[in-house]
Amino acid sequence: MNLDVNKIRKDFPILERQVHGKPLVYFDNGATTQKPLCVLETIRSYYSSHNSSIHRGVHFLSEQSTEKYEHARETVRKFINARSANEIIFTSGATGSINTVAFSFGERYIGRDDEVIVSEMEHHSNLVPWQMMCERKGARLKVIPFDEQGILDMNWYSKAFSERTRIVAVTHVSNSLGTVNPVAGIIRIAHQHGVPVLLDGAQAIQHGQVDVQQLDCDFYVFSGHKVYGPNGIGVLYGKEQLLYELPPYQGGGDMVDCVTFEKTTYNILPFKFEAGTTNYVGAAGLQTALEYISGIGLERIAAWEKKLLDYATGMLQSINGLRIYGQAPEKISILSFLIDNVHQYDAGMVLDKLGIAIRTGSHCTQPVMDHFRISGTLRASLVFYNTMEEIDRLYEGLLKVKQMFGS
Amino acid sequence: MYALSVNEVQDKIIQEFSLFDDWLDKYDYLIELSNDLPLISPEYKTNQHLIEGCQSRVWLHGELDGSRIRFTADSDAIITKGIISLLIRVLSDREPPEIIGADLYFIDRIGLKENLSPTRSNGLLAMLKQMKLYAIAYQAKLNK
Repeated sequence: MNLDVNKIRKDFPILERQVHGKPLVYFDNGATTQKPLCVLETIRSYYSSHNSSIHRGVHFLSEQSTEKYEHARETVRKFINARSANEIIFTSGATGSINTVAFSFGERYIGRDDEVIVSEMEHHSNLVPWQMMCERKGARLKVIPFDEQGILDMNWYSKAFSERTRIVAVTHVSNSLGTVNPVAGIIRIAHQHGVPVLLDGAQAIQHGQVDVQQLDCDFYVFSGHKVYGPNGIGVLYGKEQLLYELPPYQGGGDMVDCVTFEKTTYNILPFKFEAGTTNYVGAAGLQTALEYISGIGLERIAAWEKKLLDYATGMLQSINGLRIYGQAPEKISILSFLIDNVHQYDAGMVLDKLGIAIRTGSHCTQPVMDHFRISGTLRASLVFYNTMEEIDRLYEGLLKVKQMFGS
Repeated sequence: MYALSVNEVQDKIIQEFSLFDDWLDKYDYLIELSNDLPLISPEYKTNQHLIEGCQSRVWLHGELDGSRIRFTADSDAIITKGIISLLIRVLSDREPPEIIGADLYFIDRIGLKENLSPTRSNGLLAMLKQMKLYAIAYQAKLNK
């Protein structure tokens, strides 16, 4: 059954607003997605009727808040098909999740001259935390290259392992190229060498079904705000045994079992990794968001986004002098591009005044820009509430850009 | 010849921009102005003179001509270049105290304020600071 995009758009009040006197075309979904009314209502009603800190009080509201929080955890578990709710850690976002693993895994398993494999297309969030850890430990990064289409060199990867390889951290979907990486193969090869894999799912989770058991990944991370949920909430999935073995990342309240000045013992999973008052309202909002997209159906969402991608690709390619960066056969609805002799910032500024919100710059993937020897791109990232008419608006806007800058 | 003060030039720019209702017309004008920018000479277009922004890059050079500072610049983005051209029109060829004391209200009045916000990271705000730093440095030199 097809997706009724006009009906869906009514769930997102912000899509009705105007920008610079023009109806908003929101194509910056890769940076953050808009929130449906049900998520807004969850946050409003949480603060107006249920707010209380979790895991603390004996009183009614605190118990209810705790139940809601654990219910949200269970919803996330089901959504990604984790074995146990102990494997779901709430964090501040994908960045927070990766920093947790980079620190805790690094402390436990990484020493001098050890190796961490990442890819050339990582978001800075899945690169810098590993670099910081490597600097601390005297370890080093190995970087899987990609080709002109934006496809990882699996041949290089399969030969990259040594006795010193400790972990592979790769993005599931590239935020600047749109490439869907062959993660099943990446995981299989790593496991043949006994090396665990972390997948950065920040750009994958909102575009299709993720099953962590089927993938057999060891860690999976994503952000709530990129999957129609609130800001400041994210998820770290880790296999229970691995999480059990890792030391905690941050210390504080709730992550402890028994505290004395001589010795502190830590709480059980998943609480060991949730120091301080967690973002329980964010967790409830994320739960609502996941239920919302599950209700629409991830397959239907993916099918509509594929149509958007195909149409947008055709329209953009018909513009003389426009080059799309990232042409992998397996990609999601992200289009990174440049127009000959037009700076991305100039184009972005003109599109903005036409009411079209797209991202310009390096998209936190400077090595990807370096690969193509460019300073940045324009990026249109489309999701299921976007329409063909909006793509037409972008197309017309780009023609206007060409005309203004004499390209 | 009577030279216009900083504020007189600013008021003139505000008047010029008041002719445009449409944003794209303003941008067209900035594109036109980008051609007037006194370009930095290639020998100075180096990393030492580069003001790195996340969105666009700006090169700036200031040199003393008598008691006045003359600025030259460039950018990889044309609209940024147009805005630089305005900043130079207001601040270049002036004595250091004028530059140091200048209160640039025209940017806000012609609706380009967001281009000089710290969050935009296009090099312009840093460029403006750099222009004032040049003025402070040359002022010290002149006072010696």
